[in-house]
Amino acid sequence: MLSILKSVWLVFLHLFRRKITIQYPEEKAYLAPRYRGRIVLTRDPDGGERCVACYLCAVACPVDCIALGATEDEHGRRYPEFFRINFSRCINCGFCEEACPTYAIQLIPDVEMAEYQRQNMVYEKKDLLIDGEGKYHGYNFYRVAGLAIGGKDKGEAEKESPPVDPKSLLP
Amino acid sequence: MSDVVFKLVLIATVLLVILHLAGFLIWVERRLLALLQDRLGPNRAGPLGLFIIVADIIKIFTKEDWIPPFIDKPVFVAAPMIIMVTALLSFAIVPFAPGAVILDLDIGVLLFLGLSSMGIYNVILAGWASNNKYALLGGLRMAAQMFSYEVFMGLSLMGVVTLAGSFNLSAIVHAQREGWFIVPQFLGFLIFFIAALGETHRLPFDMPEAESELIAGYHTEYSSMKFGMFFVGEYISVTLFSALMTTFFFGGWLGPVLPPLAWFCVKTAGFIVVFIVLRAALPRPRYDQLFAFGWKFILPAALLNLVVTGALVLWKSS
Repeated sequence: MLSILKSVWLVFLHLFRRKITIQYPEEKAYLAPRYRGRIVLTRDPDGGERCVACYLCAVACPVDCIALGATEDEHGRRYPEFFRINFSRCINCGFCEEACPTYAIQLIPDVEMAEYQRQNMVYEKKDLLIDGEGKYHGYNFYRVAGLAIGGKDKGEAEKESPPVDPKSLLP
Repeated sequence: MSDVVFKLVLIATVLLVILHLAGFLIWVERRLLALLQDRLGPNRAGPLGLFIIVADIIKIFTKEDWIPPFIDKPVFVAAPMIIMVTALLSFAIVPFAPGAVILDLDIGVLLFLGLSSMGIYNVILAGWASNNKYALLGGLRMAAQMFSYEVFMGLSLMGVVTLAGSFNLSAIVHAQREGWFIVPQFLGFLIFFIAALGETHRLPFDMPEAESELIAGYHTEYSSMKFGMFFVGEYISVTLFSALMTTFFFGGWLGPVLPPLAWFCVKTAGFIVVFIVLRAALPRPRYDQLFAFGWKFILPAALLNLVVTGALVLWKSS
């Protein structure tokens, strides 16, 4: 009997507690920087596209929501001709981000993607590409990779030694 | 003539206020339950979310009123009316302020007890007419619950009647001028309160509907306004029992400074809040525990209360 009265009193005291409700459109819940939300394509510090159109993200995607086509510019840099993500299929698993060798594809803490028409959930490259570097600052794939492109030959990348000539006898 | 006009105006006012109050209580209960659970509750539509009442009423009126083909139609249709009729009729005997009582009956308490027993029929008939096993189980539980709780609801009121020396509710209020009956009749109040929970089948005594066991119990097959009548009827009975607890044990309209009607409303509102807090706080007991508690504990307590009160009254008068 006493325990019943006590529980009634304790529940009554909850009337004056701070409420845990977050009033959504006005207040927003805190999403951690690593939260897996909307997908973006980032650029390197020089403003070039990071994506090298390797297709690894499309392969890793468990729901096949990523479609892209590779092409090359005059310097021999690969980049995606088109890059399309169907967000009505995307499950925000982040596998594409893990698979990406150049930090190009990233998931950001934004979940407000409601649309009235399903077709509007299909994002093209111009919708995905952002001007910033996303979560990884100062990284430029072509500057650290050994691949030769126009304006940068083999051995000219950061922390890279000049290529060894295997047919030479010199040390 | 003016007396008749006054009575008619009073009836219209009471009817209007009670029916609106029942709608208002939908909002009160939702908001208050939410606050008690550290939430905010519906607060979007209109100021403080008050327009949710309008939304609820529009919804409940425009839903399809489906009558299943396998039911007993006349009884099925009549059942929801009974609770509205009996609960609203009971308000006839409640004195809201000095002189403001629709029916100043000398057997007011008896009329109320009779009407509340009649009111239980809505659950039993609804459960029976629905031709559905869950509804029938709900009706069955209500029949058993009424059988045990009606007994000591009457007995608990007899202490008040003994002290006041009248079955007239206005006289009972007047008898509390020296002191509210909550003090000499504390046990009686507790018993009446528990019986009120059982009669209004509110949580924790909502065995007849028990969502988690019986879907919705006796009103499983009801839809639209027929369901709405059960819903509103429950709120009307909560208001009724709050008003009666005020009248029997807390001095009705009596109180300092404020006008009598204000005191009556404040006390009644307090009891309604207690009903809602109990709903938030307590779990539903088991079916047999409820009856064991009723027959083995409350009934002897009610009898003891009556005997002691009677003895004291006799001892004082002699």
